[in-house]
Amino acid sequence: MRVLGIETSCDETGVALYDTCGGLLAHRVHSQIDLHAAYGGVVPELASRDHIRCLPVLVRQTLEEAGCGLEAVDAVAYTVGPGLAGALLVGAGFAEALGTARGVPVLPIHHLEGHLLSPLLSGDPPAFPFVALLVSGGHTQLMRVGGVGDYALLGETLDDAAGEAFDKTAKLLGLGYPGGPQLARLAADGRPGRFALPRPMLRSPDLDFSFSGLKTAVVNVVSAPAWDPDDVADLAADFQEAVVEVLCAKSLRALAETALSQLVVAGGVGANRRLRARLDEAAAEKGWRVYYPEPELCTDNGAMIAFAGALRLSAGESVGRGGGAIRVRPRWALAELVPPRTG
Amino acid sequence: MKILAIETSCEHATAALLAGGETLERPLEGHANHSEYLLPMLVSLLAEAQFRLQDLDAIAFGAGPGAFTGLRLACSVAQGLAMGAELRVVPVCSLAALAVQAKAERVFVASDARMGEAYAAAYRFASPGVPIEVSAPVCVPPEALVLPDGQAWVAIGSALGHHDGRFPPALRAQASGWMPNSVARACDVARIAAQELAAGRSVAPECAAPIYVRDKVALTTEERRIRGGRA
Repeated sequence: MRVLGIETSCDETGVALYDTCGGLLAHRVHSQIDLHAAYGGVVPELASRDHIRCLPVLVRQTLEEAGCGLEAVDAVAYTVGPGLAGALLVGAGFAEALGTARGVPVLPIHHLEGHLLSPLLSGDPPAFPFVALLVSGGHTQLMRVGGVGDYALLGETLDDAAGEAFDKTAKLLGLGYPGGPQLARLAADGRPGRFALPRPMLRSPDLDFSFSGLKTAVVNVVSAPAWDPDDVADLAADFQEAVVEVLCAKSLRALAETALSQLVVAGGVGANRRLRARLDEAAAEKGWRVYYPEPELCTDNGAMIAFAGALRLSAGESVGRGGGAIRVRPRWALAELVPPRTG
Repeated sequence: MKILAIETSCEHATAALLAGGETLERPLEGHANHSEYLLPMLVSLLAEAQFRLQDLDAIAFGAGPGAFTGLRLACSVAQGLAMGAELRVVPVCSLAALAVQAKAERVFVASDARMGEAYAAAYRFASPGVPIEVSAPVCVPPEALVLPDGQAWVAIGSALGHHDGRFPPALRAQASGWMPNSVARACDVARIAAQELAAGRSVAPECAAPIYVRDKVALTTEERRIRGGRA
């Protein structure tokens, strides 16, 4: 069974073709980073305009790369939420119409379900159940994953997402857009330990996070009279250490509390090297293991959507064959998802 | 010629099927959520006419200018249907479709563009139902609008009602007709698309795009700084 996956929830247009027998046959991602750079952030209207321009082109390219035509597509899966409403609507309208024309099943997929299942696409996948740390510019959540659609929220950020904290702090330090990855690169050149930054909620008994105070602490450092701009790499390193330490501590606590031994890390911040090193080291001490998606699948992509759709269809989820309402869910909690509904 | 047409550029949306010179048109329910009713309506139009999507010659859509989200709804559905059924797409200017309704030789169209502006264009008709563009769509404040040279322009479009009183007196005096309550309709989109298709003008699904006209939608960091705002 071959599933076409479509992702348009934010600033990346992603299309992929996944085969339940042959694996990922082809995938294409078009990033809008350059488009939004001059604005210092994602402009929703410009994002929507770029999605509708690129999406059908990427579909053609993906099919070409896979060496097949639309007749080989057995189902269409698309991101229905959460995300930017206008951007989501482009993917939903196109996917529902394509499914209508082809008479194939159409599956609306939760964006974060795509992310948290994406490590299962790797050559050495984890097995259910596991704990997932979803960490990106829009989300910071710990989930207990019992199976497809069986997601229990263990904890989440009460304010900024970790990636958002990286981006906002990078902006404060004048690192451009999107600053998160640049901040991480700068941190690699710095020595941590010079600036005493807080570890928000490290000692709170729950599994929640808070990152907005950290950003304020950085503001205080750089606006103090003693601040020397030459120390920016060291400050970046301390900022990164603070975020990573909290993410690590809470992830390990989640494993201990759920009595599970596998941690899946998904989302853009999951590509952070320091985070990976600290998590791997800490988990190994306990005899636990950490799983990551393939590096190219850390950002938003169509492969994870096609894969999530394929898992649900394979489990017998009953779905429409197009011709129905086009609806998006810009705000949608992952824990509201249910396992594949059959019959 | 068989054409399925979608027009969702404003809150009053329609879908239509043109076949054998006859058009079948239906209004879409929903004011701001046409997306929920569009595909079921298209499916029922085809069923009523006993056609399959594959029997069509093209998918047409009102490409705007108009409400951005509505334009993308029509465009993305046209792209998806056409790619899936291996059809061509005909984007039709929504102002040209609206001009047809005036049934006059010279038509000035002004539809509401929100933010105190109007989308405006002018057309002449050598034969009924075949608009020839005299001035291309622009997005301007009503005060800045002028009619092209010539007599007997019939003005049509939602901006006439929304911005009544803001049009230059000269424009009102020169207009021989004033139709503020009309919106573009899918049956006219379909008929114009048939002309376009007969003239060999259609595009592949991946080349179908909305006509936004209003292209400045956000300020860059630099522009905000110049205006004294925050970076």
